[in-house]
Amino acid sequence: MWLTRPLRERSTQLFLGILLAALALVTLLNLTLPAAHPLHVSTYTVTLLGKYLSYALLAVAVDLVWGYLGILSLGHGAFFALGGYAMGMYLMRQIGDRGTYGDPVLPDFMVFLNWDSLPWYWLGFDMPWFAFLMVLLAPGLLALVFGFLAFRSRVTGVYLSIITQAMTFALMLAFFRNEMGFGGNNGLTDFKELLGFDLRSDATRLGLFIATGIALALGYVVCRAIVASKLGRVSVACRDAEARTRFLGYRVERFQLFVFVVSAMLAGVAGALYVPQVGIINPSEFSPIFSIEVVLWVALGGRATLYGAVIGALLVNYAKTVFTGVMPDAWLFALGGLFVLVTVFLPKGIAGLLDLRIKRRSATSDSTPATGEATA
Amino acid sequence: MRIPDSLCRLVVLCLLAWLPWVAQAQDDPGQTLLESLDTTSYVEKGEAIEAIIASGDERSRRWLEALLGGKLQRHKASGQFVVVLENRGRHWPVVDALGFEEAGEMSRRELDRIGINNALRGQLQGALAVLDLHADEVDERREAARALLGDIDATLAEPLQALIDSEEDGEVRRLLEQALAIHRLGQGEMAAVEDLAGSLNSRVRAALSSASRSDDPQLAQAAGAALVDIEQKMKLNRGLETLYFGLSLGSVLVLAAIGLAITFGVMGVINMAHGELIMLGAYTTWAMQQLLPGQPGLALLLAIPAGFLVAALAGVAIERGVIQFLKGRPLETLLATFGVSLILQQLVRTVISPQNRTVVSPDWMSGSIMINEGLSLTLNRLYVLGFALVVFAGLMLVMRRTRLGLEVRAVTQNRAMARSMGIRATRVDILTFALGAGVAGLAGVALSQLTNVGPNLGQNYIIDSFMVVVFGGVGNLWGTLVAGMSLGVINQVLEPWAGAVLAKIVVLVFIILFIQKRPRGLFPQKGRAAEG
Amino acid sequence: MNILKSLADRDRVFDFLVPVASPVDVRHGPILYLEDVSVSFDGFKAINDLNLTIDDGELRCIIGPNGAGKTTMMDIITGKTRPDTGQVWFGSRHDLLTLNEPQIASLGIGRKFQKPTVFEALSVFENLELAMAADKRILPTLTARLTGEIRDRIEEVLATIGLTELRYGPAGILSHGQKQWLEIGMLLMQRPRLLLVDEPVAGMTEQEMERTAELLTGLAGKGKQSVVIVEHDMGFVRSIARTVTVLHQGSVLAEGSMDKVSSDPRVVEVYLGADPDVEAA
Repeated sequence: MWLTRPLRERSTQLFLGILLAALALVTLLNLTLPAAHPLHVSTYTVTLLGKYLSYALLAVAVDLVWGYLGILSLGHGAFFALGGYAMGMYLMRQIGDRGTYGDPVLPDFMVFLNWDSLPWYWLGFDMPWFAFLMVLLAPGLLALVFGFLAFRSRVTGVYLSIITQAMTFALMLAFFRNEMGFGGNNGLTDFKELLGFDLRSDATRLGLFIATGIALALGYVVCRAIVASKLGRVSVACRDAEARTRFLGYRVERFQLFVFVVSAMLAGVAGALYVPQVGIINPSEFSPIFSIEVVLWVALGGRATLYGAVIGALLVNYAKTVFTGVMPDAWLFALGGLFVLVTVFLPKGIAGLLDLRIKRRSATSDSTPATGEATA
Repeated sequence: MRIPDSLCRLVVLCLLAWLPWVAQAQDDPGQTLLESLDTTSYVEKGEAIEAIIASGDERSRRWLEALLGGKLQRHKASGQFVVVLENRGRHWPVVDALGFEEAGEMSRRELDRIGINNALRGQLQGALAVLDLHADEVDERREAARALLGDIDATLAEPLQALIDSEEDGEVRRLLEQALAIHRLGQGEMAAVEDLAGSLNSRVRAALSSASRSDDPQLAQAAGAALVDIEQKMKLNRGLETLYFGLSLGSVLVLAAIGLAITFGVMGVINMAHGELIMLGAYTTWAMQQLLPGQPGLALLLAIPAGFLVAALAGVAIERGVIQFLKGRPLETLLATFGVSLILQQLVRTVISPQNRTVVSPDWMSGSIMINEGLSLTLNRLYVLGFALVVFAGLMLVMRRTRLGLEVRAVTQNRAMARSMGIRATRVDILTFALGAGVAGLAGVALSQLTNVGPNLGQNYIIDSFMVVVFGGVGNLWGTLVAGMSLGVINQVLEPWAGAVLAKIVVLVFIILFIQKRPRGLFPQKGRAAEG
Repeated sequence: MNILKSLADRDRVFDFLVPVASPVDVRHGPILYLEDVSVSFDGFKAINDLNLTIDDGELRCIIGPNGAGKTTMMDIITGKTRPDTGQVWFGSRHDLLTLNEPQIASLGIGRKFQKPTVFEALSVFENLELAMAADKRILPTLTARLTGEIRDRIEEVLATIGLTELRYGPAGILSHGQKQWLEIGMLLMQRPRLLLVDEPVAGMTEQEMERTAELLTGLAGKGKQSVVIVEHDMGFVRSIARTVTVLHQGSVLAEGSMDKVSSDPRVVEVYLGADPDVEAA
């Protein structure tokens, strides 16, 4: 089975091992230690870590298209946000009559706008299975349509980056409009419960954290499986010499579309896990700056490695939390400087540094890279 | 305790005011005019008012208004004419009626009011209405005539007719005739409809539309027909106005994008900090106005070269500091320059302020030109439009006619070959980038006249600018011009029935779809070089 | 009428029902046939009424001065450029002008570019694996397994192009000549019927050139591949060519054996006289 292939790779085993161990450790420290203990991990921190993990999954999705397909998407925030909105709509419907206006069906903001019934696209979101399906389908469909048009007419490189940015920008403007029926400026918030679990309870928050960690693990394995398959090698071929790949008989645009859609769906899942943890989804997730920031995480961690994306996402977001707490003004300087430094001095990111050290160490002992063997 | 104190001050003030006034009053014809008002005979007062109107003295309006409001008074002791500013309390602040300089406070008991009766009040009101029709400046007379539209009653109709006959300016005559016609229409006169047909003035339309509901079916029908005709003209006007706003928006887009067209189109360098270079240009204008307070016009003119220089220097710094290390890696360049844009934004926020700054428009840029009564073009937009075209023409000249332009085109087409011909490609890179950045600075100077100047100024334009360049066809300045202008017009055409935000979304989606259809834009480069 | 006709061709209603890799029919003549092909860029006629016929199993060299339209001709055959007029047939069954690049590639036309383009980030082995004739749709590619049979086939080609030793190293570290061979190897993996080779020995050493000549002449033959080589180096052309076609200003100037062509006065005038390479030869 091609999906389980990566489980036999050493690097994937290592990654999953560290991730699962970290999940277990945080859970343990949160549950067993008393709140006063110095090693106790508060529920607030657990939720923060859960947020980072959902960002990490988003970064993995971006790395899949940028690292292996050479498509720099500046619009992945849109897929993330769409997944988030799908989840948010479900959570909104779960509020029921506990909203401020007490309407059993309509969310508060619709009552406020004097709407008398749900718009058609809100139907079905009271059923969790439908909402979770939409978490995948909404971003997937957008990616399918957008990618189909873009790849068919061979829009690549910088052009593609710019129009993905325009796409997310247009969506942001659209979602800001009250008439769209997604809560406009304020977005969706005041969630109460998810699948019957109270979102404010500590147990639910820990559960969400663990779920996000597992989603990251699964997403990583899926990406790794794609990357390690022949399809992954075709993707790399498309990245490095698109025309040549076409002459070999591959329908480049279909491969690009496939990977792009998979990546968009992963981003959607990340968004869906993000929303219940931060308790709000609003159009700012569509902002072009957010999308380009995600790209920085990947660049810092090291592209075309997947685990690098995870490292980058965790590091930058941790730094952001620290900075904005201590000296908020300096954060944009730091972020801007990071963009410049990483691209100019660290083109392969942190993973590149790690790689160098490993290579130096193994240079003496082992001379045959295992790429050919791994394909078996 | 305080009353004697202030009284003393008052006396001193009066004495001080006295001396120059005596000298001045002697040879001021206004003094005589006012003197003639100070009579007990209302008939003589009426004649005096006529005399004031006929004098054409520019102070007439203020005198007559003061007279009408009972505020023209005379100091009993000195005989000085004053205008009371506020007649509450016992001591009134007054100004001299001749020079209108402040003359301190005077006690109500020291003053004599120049009284009027109802007949004079009517005469004054009518006189005030037509007063400006006597002005020497044609523009003032036109303005006055325009104000009279729809405000004419029976008492005014007659003197107006006399004025029309003596008026030299055709435009004023036309306006006055219209004013009279509105009056006649109100009386139910059929011929008036004909006189009013085709006018775009809103008061004329109001008069016609009320006439179209009149009881006289014939008049109603004629007025209705005239209205339909006017409606049609209005439609044309609105079309023209939309076009103007569209071109104006387009000129802003072109200005914002043209620098990008050079760095992106010609050099293939993605500069995400382009918007911030625009912002720097705008802030340079603001800084210039801080340096030269009270002279916004001069500051603005100086800001043009200064904005160019500041942005160009920043551009060179970006090129040398970042971009040169990322040659041939466009996606990395995009990310790095985005980082630069964040830094520049935050720099402005920290050093200057996160708040918006206002840049003053000089007098010669405010106001508008009136094309006809339904259509006037705001001057600042017109200037920006012209400025955009001048900048575009200048750039075309640089690229087509100068050595730099030749070298830039050579390096663009074949870098290696250009180098072997002795062109210093690095120098060309720097200069091209400086040029593109400088033009962004110029865009900023222009934008400061249209919008608020704030740290986010550039961000709002970067996506639009890229869209314009891509839409027009990369590497083609003409394409940028056509694309910018047409996107501006499309946006404005959509706006009335879609709203500003939706119009923008529609335009973005349109471009995204357009690029699918023609990935190389409106004016693609053809041939083997483009295949690469 | 057209609708009726398309209804009659039931198997052509859906794209995917058409067997793309159907065998090339060469019973009635040549494997490649270009007739009256013209194309212009911005008014410049790159190809002008070109007629060209390649027989099955033939090895043909095409020469011509710069701008004669050699590369454009390759572009037309492989579907990269569409001609303004004319016909291009592969065997007697396939109208190449109705197909796109991947379809043409899977019919069995392989192309080697002027500049060697291999996938530098992938290993030599993987380069050959990707080139191999296989089901190149998405799901089969995703689930593809490397069977012993495939491995043998790759090893065989590796031996042919002499890169067995370097098979697990990234293709990016290969020398210029080795990259050229790898690319020829990739063409072989496609099992093409027709090989288009653009300047295979540009920038090669004398030794590499000999080896390349051996490789190419070994490829061509009845029932094996037909090979079309575009080349500048006259020494190389003389060493391998049986038939030579001279292109000039987008059309065929002369055709025949090397001796016959090089004695043609028109060729001498427009081409040989203008090219120092040839004078040396």
